[in-house]
Amino acid sequence: MNFAMNTPHNSTRMHPHKFTMWIATGSICMMFAGLTSAYIVKSNQENFLEFSLPIIFWLSTLVILTSSATMYIALKSFKARMRNRYRLFITLTALLGIVFATMQVVGFLNLENHGIALVGYKSNAAASFILVIVGLHALHVLGGVVALLIMFAKAFSSKIKNYNSTPVEVVSIYWHFVDILWIYLLMFLVFIR
Amino acid sequence: MSNEAVLHANIGEAHDVHSNHQTHHHETFITKYVFSQDHKMISKQFLITGMVWAIIGGLFSVLFRLQLGFPDTSFPWLEDILGKWWAEGGHITPQGYYALVTIHGTVLVFFVLTAGLSGTFANFLIPLQVGARDMASPFMNMLSYWFFFIAGIIMLASIFVETGPFSGGWTAYPPLSALGDTSPGSKIGMDLWLISLALFVVSSLLGGLNYIATILNMRTKGMSMTRMPLTVWAMLFTAILGVLSFPVLFSGFILLIFDRNFGTSFYLSDIFIASTNTALPNEGGSAILYQHLFWFLGHPEVYIIMLPAMGMVSEIISVNTRKPIFGYIAMVGSLFAIATLSFLVWAHHMFVTGLNPFLGSIFALLTLLIAIPSSIKVFNWLTTLWRGSIRFSPGMLFALGFVSMFISGGLTGIWMGNATIDIHIHDTYFIIAHFHLVMGVASIFGMFAGVYHWFPKMYGRYMNTTAAYIHFWITLIGAYLIFWPMHYTGLAGMPRRYYDYSIWESFKQFAELNKSISIVVIITFLTQFLFIINFFHSIWRGRKVTSTNPWKSNTLEWTTPINPGHGNWPGEIPEVYRGPYDYGKDGIDFIPQTTPIGAEESGHH
Repeated sequence: MNFAMNTPHNSTRMHPHKFTMWIATGSICMMFAGLTSAYIVKSNQENFLEFSLPIIFWLSTLVILTSSATMYIALKSFKARMRNRYRLFITLTALLGIVFATMQVVGFLNLENHGIALVGYKSNAAASFILVIVGLHALHVLGGVVALLIMFAKAFSSKIKNYNSTPVEVVSIYWHFVDILWIYLLMFLVFIR
Repeated sequence: MSNEAVLHANIGEAHDVHSNHQTHHHETFITKYVFSQDHKMISKQFLITGMVWAIIGGLFSVLFRLQLGFPDTSFPWLEDILGKWWAEGGHITPQGYYALVTIHGTVLVFFVLTAGLSGTFANFLIPLQVGARDMASPFMNMLSYWFFFIAGIIMLASIFVETGPFSGGWTAYPPLSALGDTSPGSKIGMDLWLISLALFVVSSLLGGLNYIATILNMRTKGMSMTRMPLTVWAMLFTAILGVLSFPVLFSGFILLIFDRNFGTSFYLSDIFIASTNTALPNEGGSAILYQHLFWFLGHPEVYIIMLPAMGMVSEIISVNTRKPIFGYIAMVGSLFAIATLSFLVWAHHMFVTGLNPFLGSIFALLTLLIAIPSSIKVFNWLTTLWRGSIRFSPGMLFALGFVSMFISGGLTGIWMGNATIDIHIHDTYFIIAHFHLVMGVASIFGMFAGVYHWFPKMYGRYMNTTAAYIHFWITLIGAYLIFWPMHYTGLAGMPRRYYDYSIWESFKQFAELNKSISIVVIITFLTQFLFIINFFHSIWRGRKVTSTNPWKSNTLEWTTPINPGHGNWPGEIPEVYRGPYDYGKDGIDFIPQTTPIGAEESGHH
């Protein structure tokens, strides 16, 4: 049942699903705005531990940037009806997403190994914030991976021939969004110390 | 975004769509009534679930009023019904009392007045009034309801666990909410409370995203933004508030979950727990941080509750006075102003937390600014009534009741917005009286108005008017009798949330007053069953609606068949040529939005 397309003059308007995704990104921004402003408040109070971020967060940045490029190519290929290239790049994007999330977890372990507790009574809020903010972002990336897996399943099913690019575009908006969000969070964590 | 993509998508799905909306082939019971994707059915699901929660939340208030009104009387039947944990020896126990007030607040604020109110009417009215076949994403809309449903089941489950539901107040401030050892309710009850509310946030977001996308993207031809009924404007601002503020509450909850379960110190510092005789190692946390995150949602939340009621009341008053709403643009502008200001006033809940007095004065100023758009709205409602040919239908009476409550409760808001006065009356019965009148009872009245007014569209039948009149008058008088005296006890310094006032020398004098309030609470609560019976009786046995437009109203929902199917209009969606408030124009009683502008017509918009 898709009534979404059934407005008389929708050709001049954005597809409602894409529009919904844009508002959803605003909503996610507010959640991270809540966390980062809590972080600012905390960082101005005493007893806020100072330490440098693990190097792997910079490497994971490269990975997520690459994944944005592959997502871009995947969408282009879908629109050009190059199905094989689309399948290849959507798979690559999903894999890079998983690699990114794994690297973030490695980053957490790095901190723990250097004696900076993220959780537990010995933890400092400065470190716990890294876990919450970076971890929540990684969960959002994994959410994107799930969406990509659904796309993946659709792309490899031979029964359904679908030329509607809207779902792919919606996922692509989300994917670029979590990428930009990560750049913001990284800059935030680097500069607000 | 690429236009070809949209166009292309259009071609791809065109066939699909046209074959879809009319021939509604076999819908099973499950797809029609349970996992329905029809916005009208989802709205009824929200409404009836909200009503169940309203009964539970209302019953809880009756139970704790029994304690407050009759602290020395024993009701042995209470122990028979509720068990030892809640009512040992026929007295509500202290733990039971705090659980009751907490769950009463949580349930009424979130489940009844957020989901029950905007879930019902945003779902029902947005597609019908903007001229859309359904929401932008019917599937997400269905998920929204089911997330709400599961949130409710978990909250319900928390009432039955051994250590009782959460009992630290609906605001769930740490450390009480963060440490299981601090009170029985802070144990598993709080875990369930958090899970339930997290799911509720998801439900609200799924709903809110849909409402915004539908209003901005799926209006029918000719339905420009300034031709939208005020209900739709109100729902739009409500949804925007929800989408922007609920995620912040969620981030506050995440930090709370970490403090509860993973030993972090976001909110906790220097704590000694007497019950276990231990000093906690947590250091550097700040409980005030939670309050900031909570009230950043918490304040917009009261407008999430208010605005839908305001929108519906505007519409109902205009229809039933047979006059255009006074100052349509001012109504929209004031909704916008209220929505914007609601994000800038959260710290007025925190004047006594040691907030910098300079900051406090800024928040007091911003808070008082809200009086301006609120007064504009009241002024416009009153001027709409002025010299109108008023039809006192039940919906209209409740709309007028809303205006009355909003004025009575709003005036005390001007007192409390001042930091200096607030310091005296903070956490007293004065605040209870204020917010119950201005957002609690007022919004419930808005909800009743909406149900009575749109019931014919929802079920194709009328509700019983006599029962509705009795319901209205007892509820109106009851609400004032309950909350008006609380202003006085509050000014006398009677604090909220105390278990037993009779042991306080200063508050003994209010024993009889408390008793009479409790009696009125019981009467008013029982009267609500008149509404419930009327509602369910009328679904099956009510007088049948014979005309598509029983209220002679201009808006699009009344151009649909009496019992519209999924897709709302059997043929094309009607085109809109005018604003929704052309009542009494050029001597014509009403001109529906679908009527083209006539050649002889006087100035139009």
